[in-house]
Amino acid sequence: MTGARSFVVDDREKGIFLLDREALVSEEVLRGEMRAIFAKCWIYVGHGSELKRNGDFHTRKVAGRPVIFARDSKGQVRCHFNTCRHRGALVCTERKGNTRRFNCVYHGWIYNNDGSMARVPGDEAYTAAFDQSTFGLKTPARFEQYRDFWFMNLDADAPSLVDYLGKATDYIDLVIEQSPSGTMDVLSGTQEYDVNANWKLMVENSVDDYHLPSTHSTWLNYMANSGVKVEPPKDPSLVLPTHGLAIDLGNGHFTTDNVNFRGRPVAAWIPIYGEDAKPEMAAIREELVQRVGPERAKRICDTNRNLVIFPNLVINDGSSVTIRTFYPEGADKMHVTAWALGPVEESEPARARRLDAFLTFYGPGGFATPDDVEALELVQQGLANYSDDRWSEMSRGMGREGEQLNSDEHHLRTFWRHWNKMMTGAL
Amino acid sequence: MSVQTSLQANVTRAEVEDFLYHEAALLDSWKLKEWEDLLTDDATYYVPPNDELEGDYKNTLYIISDDRERIRQRVIRVLDPNCHAEYPRSRTCRLISNVRITGVDGDVVHVASNFVCYRYRRYQREFVYVGSYEHQLRKTAQGFKVKQRRVLLAAHELGQLGSVSFIL
Repeated sequence: MTGARSFVVDDREKGIFLLDREALVSEEVLRGEMRAIFAKCWIYVGHGSELKRNGDFHTRKVAGRPVIFARDSKGQVRCHFNTCRHRGALVCTERKGNTRRFNCVYHGWIYNNDGSMARVPGDEAYTAAFDQSTFGLKTPARFEQYRDFWFMNLDADAPSLVDYLGKATDYIDLVIEQSPSGTMDVLSGTQEYDVNANWKLMVENSVDDYHLPSTHSTWLNYMANSGVKVEPPKDPSLVLPTHGLAIDLGNGHFTTDNVNFRGRPVAAWIPIYGEDAKPEMAAIREELVQRVGPERAKRICDTNRNLVIFPNLVINDGSSVTIRTFYPEGADKMHVTAWALGPVEESEPARARRLDAFLTFYGPGGFATPDDVEALELVQQGLANYSDDRWSEMSRGMGREGEQLNSDEHHLRTFWRHWNKMMTGAL
Repeated sequence: MSVQTSLQANVTRAEVEDFLYHEAALLDSWKLKEWEDLLTDDATYYVPPNDELEGDYKNTLYIISDDRERIRQRVIRVLDPNCHAEYPRSRTCRLISNVRITGVDGDVVHVASNFVCYRYRRYQREFVYVGSYEHQLRKTAQGFKVKQRRVLLAAHELGQLGSVSFIL
């Protein structure tokens, strides 16, 4: 891709940032992304808590690759390509389960749950040149974790995951520290849905707080109807009730960092949680203050943050904690998977509150996400005119010095600059 | 064919079917305030996640888990023209069959049925929701009231169905 043309107009002097809409509609661009981005970056596979017992596994598609995310019989977390070494069939067709072996149904090749070859039926028919032991399941070139978030990388020469995450680790830590033992659980129940829109529109949407009042007025009404004070901002530069920042974390990662007004299951009470919840939530906050100090506890409890790990992992620590990842299935279609995350020590009522709070905003039946999906699909439909209406406008806040606002487009530009560099071979 | 009769509640399948068809007609015609009148004061509405149909909403991430107040707020939302996912409104058409009375608990009748719900939005793809309803119906002097409505989707994942932005 080196020398490919730029997809952005980035005029910092005039304060203009434009995106070539071809980036959102072209199948050729998507093929380039699979090579230049999805085969080069660390891509989220799963969370260790999904594999409680030795032998547990989940099959899933990660960046278009069918993989088995598994804990082997010795407890090691692994990622195998779900592809038989013999003729290429999937070796595991179950969505999840617990097993010592993966059996290919076609000719009966059998693999251990650590990926090694267990048995080739009728192996006496092979010559001495056929070395069974080399026929274990293939794996991504790299597979590493940060705080039990497991990522794969198809590029053997990639930097380590921790170096790649860089400053984003602090924002992951803020989520994990909700748990006294630093142990978070992915809760049961997965939300999986398609959006007929380019995957990068979901990146933008996940951090774009400019759209909140217009796209989500029914959610704001719901909050107000439920006794949550939602006052229009006094500062004319804000579009949300409270101050919020957009922060560039380097390597294409970025986050919002907003003063909370919408309630936090950890541990900022709103009436939706019910009066009964007050004492327990006060105790959760007190434990946090004792453990991490008042300043950090305040960040954990009284800010909400939508974090993007480039290119396609979103951790929203807002109305609840959601892990969301999405993959292109064509230039105009993506598949979204979302999970809820909660502290392993959480009491039954606290867990129920967390899940209930999740559904007030997020997910296919939430009071906000369906309208995001609609907005993204409207963009994709409108982009059919891209050849005659070429540029998307993303200059909002470009003249702002110093701190950048969540309701501006600094963080979106951060994404697109990094994406453009990778696609044009400048990185 | 004999009509299945529950002696304890003195409820026939035909009565239950009439009620389910009435409810479906109200939902398909967006008469949601009238539909709310069919609910008990403690009514609940659940759509469990496709991969954990048996999971408990208290420890499993559902698609929808509404108590009576949340249902009220959901109706306010979906009738609002600013509910972009449902404006212009979807047209839906639901077909209900395989209706069975599965149990009786005091004045509450448990009913299982299968449904297909076709949903059409503007120029978009056709959405076909297939699954089963589990109703708990309370028999009152004014007829049946819905105490619980549980919607189990047959698909392995929502996938192309995208959202459940209407009352399914």
